Amino acid sequence: MNKEEIEKIIVSSLKKIAPDTEPSKLSPDENIKETLGIDSFDFLQFIISLDEKLNLEIPEQDYGKITTMSSLINYLTPKIK
Amino acid sequence: MIEFLMPNLGADMESGTLTEWRKKPGDTVKRGDIIAEVETQKGLIEIEVFEDGVINKLLIDEGTKVPVGTPMALILTATEKQVTPVTEEPKIKAKEEKQETISEPGKIKATPLAKRIASEHKIDLSQIQGTGENGAITKEDVENAIAKQVVIPVEESLKKAGEEIPDKSTTTNIRAAVAAAMEKSNREIPHYYLEKTIDMSKALAWMSEANKQRPVKQRLLPGALFIKAVALSLREVPELNGIWNNGLQVKSDINIGFVVSLRGGGIIVPAIHNANLKTVDEIMEKLNDIIPRAKALKLRSSELSDSTVTITSIGEGGADSVYGIIYPPQVAIIGFGNISKKPFAQDDLLGIHSLVNVTIAADHRATDGLTGSRFLMALNTHLQNPGSL
Repeated sequence: MNKEEIEKIIVSSLKKIAPDTEPSKLSPDENIKETLGIDSFDFLQFIISLDEKLNLEIPEQDYGKITTMSSLINYLTPKIK
Repeated sequence: MIEFLMPNLGADMESGTLTEWRKKPGDTVKRGDIIAEVETQKGLIEIEVFEDGVINKLLIDEGTKVPVGTPMALILTATEKQVTPVTEEPKIKAKEEKQETISEPGKIKATPLAKRIASEHKIDLSQIQGTGENGAITKEDVENAIAKQVVIPVEESLKKAGEEIPDKSTTTNIRAAVAAAMEKSNREIPHYYLEKTIDMSKALAWMSEANKQRPVKQRLLPGALFIKAVALSLREVPELNGIWNNGLQVKSDINIGFVVSLRGGGIIVPAIHNANLKTVDEIMEKLNDIIPRAKALKLRSSELSDSTVTITSIGEGGADSVYGIIYPPQVAIIGFGNISKKPFAQDDLLGIHSLVNVTIAADHRATDGLTGSRFLMALNTHLQNPGSL
């Protein structure tokens, strides 16, 4: 899976929990939670959605490493074949 | 024979509009079955039956707005079942007669409900092919037309997820409902406020350890611990769990309403019933089920009824403290601020701890400050022993 495909999955998962926002317009270094107004409950739903689509469980201690679109893509890419 | 009444889904609800019967005379119903769909200020709510039995008679026509407490149907309880159900026409008619609209020549044939929904959504009925009796346009036809209209601007992903963005009128209605309840509360209830800073270090360490062993779907959030700890503390200080109705009525069930913020503005307060009897995992499972549906305004009647106390939680990254306004006729609301790391002295040692400011706003007609203080002390004790929550 390439970066574009991963980004597409991220965007669709974000769109599902925050339907009134435009996750595709997030700039690479913007804080996802702050920009889209996502609380910790929504964020967990997002992690669940990524797990369902990518079959990858992100451990809780790594949440700090995935705060922006670019850091999230960089985190996910090597873990997904 | 029992009367099935329009339920009260909160202090701010005066009436609801029956949009659809899901059962008909002769149908057997079990406690918890959805009998009807009612439109309220909080969106479309599925109404459940509270007793087993057989539907004897439907008293209200679809499309009718009825006040809370109005009999809507007659249900034969399990012991009376042998009586044959009466299948005559509903007694209370909607203002617009179905037959009248259908038989008018030259005019568009549509049910009153379909017409109303269409006008609310500015849908042109002449563009819709009716599938009902004599080609009449039904509620489903209009809804399908609305869905088609909405789908165009909304992205594909949204459609697949089955999500709906609540429309403007629902958002406005919810705002009005919140306004009415809060105005009543501030006018009638003399609030007193107390606050305590609670060390969450142990609870968070326990939770993070617990989450390592869990698949993502079963991970816990602090909110689940708060709900359970509040429920256990209310068992020790029951005077805060109840309603005020010319005097304090303490409730034996501990049903915790928790405030869910809607993305379009406004709040909705679904309940976790008997929270003191549920495990933290069961509470988390409930939250995972209820919160997304609450945000989509798709709750069942029981999920909005019978709260005996309310919790509001600001969540990660937000304000440090929240001083709530009681949701009438309840007598207390507990507020959790953002959990943040701060210097904290423990056993004469200064360290960095995860702290949360917890407030209680309580009805001074029902209890005094000492009661609220006892509650916050009990809550602290429970949160220091996360393993026994």
